[in-house]
Amino acid sequence: MSEKPPLVKCLVWDLDNTLWQGTLLEDSEVRLSEEVRAVIVELDSRGILQSVASKNDHDLAWKRLEELGVAEYFLVPQIGWGRKSDSVIAIAKELQFALSTIAFVDDTPAERAEVTYHAPEVRCYTHEDVLSLVDRPEFSPAVVTADARRRREMYQANALRTVAKDSFNGPDEEFLRSLDLVMAIKRADEDDLSRVEELTLRTSQMNATGVHYPDQVLRGLLADPGHEVLTVTLTDKFGPHGAVGVLLLERHPDVWHLKLLATSCRVVTYGAGTVLLNWLVDQAAQAGVHLAADFRPTDRNRMMEIAYRFAGFTQDPCDCLSGIKSFIDGGDIQCLHLVTARREGPATMRLVSPDLTVAASI
Amino acid sequence: MKTSPLTAEAIESAMTAYLTERTKTEVKPDDDIFASGLVSSMFAMELVVHLESTYDIAIIGPELKIDNFRTAKVMAALVLRLSEDGVASDA
Ligand SMILES: [Zn+2]
Repeated sequence: MSEKPPLVKCLVWDLDNTLWQGTLLEDSEVRLSEEVRAVIVELDSRGILQSVASKNDHDLAWKRLEELGVAEYFLVPQIGWGRKSDSVIAIAKELQFALSTIAFVDDTPAERAEVTYHAPEVRCYTHEDVLSLVDRPEFSPAVVTADARRRREMYQANALRTVAKDSFNGPDEEFLRSLDLVMAIKRADEDDLSRVEELTLRTSQMNATGVHYPDQVLRGLLADPGHEVLTVTLTDKFGPHGAVGVLLLERHPDVWHLKLLATSCRVVTYGAGTVLLNWLVDQAAQAGVHLAADFRPTDRNRMMEIAYRFAGFTQDPCDCLSGIKSFIDGGDIQCLHLVTARREGPATMRLVSPDLTVAASI
Repeated sequence: MKTSPLTAEAIESAMTAYLTERTKTEVKPDDDIFASGLVSSMFAMELVVHLESTYDIAIIGPELKIDNFRTAKVMAALVLRLSEDGVASDA
């Protein structure tokens, strides 16, 4: 059996004679077929982002896309007279995607060859492939989560945030306050689990333990009164960030054991990891227990280590740790420990959260 | 080639200037930047990286405790302790 091809995260469209029929500079009324429109809408609903690399007059081409009612589907469009490979590479960079997750569709063989020459990882398709793209495995994610469906909107909201941040000169905390951030922590239910799985896969650099918890493991722990599986979402005045964090916690009589804490790198600038940790410390203090956390230092999760240490975690011994058996065997996992005390809520965002001192009713 | 040795005074004044510029508030060597709410936890991370790259030191494990970063003065002491080029005190 051949290996499943990696999923495409962004499809980059040529315009003339690929997306629309005809050449815009010769015919200002170029048509978009209903079949191609349906492909654009379907890929969007699957969470696959789309962009444009076209040799055209930028303002004319963008105006035509708006008239055709599809402009909103395309992020970071590259319309001009430069090389298409530069456009594709610029799009990948802007979206922070690897080139191997980018696809490019163009009717001109020379353009496809030019992209392949400079960016061989990019998968190229012809105009004849357009209608069958939605049937291909690389455009067919197994799970389409609520976040995936909203991925384009989240990127667009992000672009607005960047502009807002660039034009804001005050201290960081004041900027954060101006965003009206709301963090919602909730006990995960069945529906949240696929979002959790996608998050732990996608954001490994912010996963403090570096251990992936498969869907069925987390599903089993949902029903376990000794464990808490929590998901975290973040919204601000520009819109949703979606699911940005996941925690897995095991209750012991004297200590809560944090086995998994992953936060999306998209929200690291909002200090989401620290806000979560402080909330958990406060909950544990109210329950009269200590906190222990698995941590495996890697070259990519330094931020998380600093968040733990600044929150007061140490590697000092404590009697409460004798009852803990780490989920992972292996010597490179540190057990960080904290004698908890009440903490104040965050100054930069509003928090909506469950009361962990009361066990969940299932 | 060796540059002039680091002194507590030099680090302190560099750090107060850095903190004043970053927080847009006048910061003195003894001001507790965490108690005053001047800096976010996000900035704490920037601070660690700034100290490490500016003074070519590695701040790891137990040294990452927040008490090592509260004031420009204690940060200067931390840098001297971790830096090979520092003028060691008699301790
Ligand atoms: Zn303890």
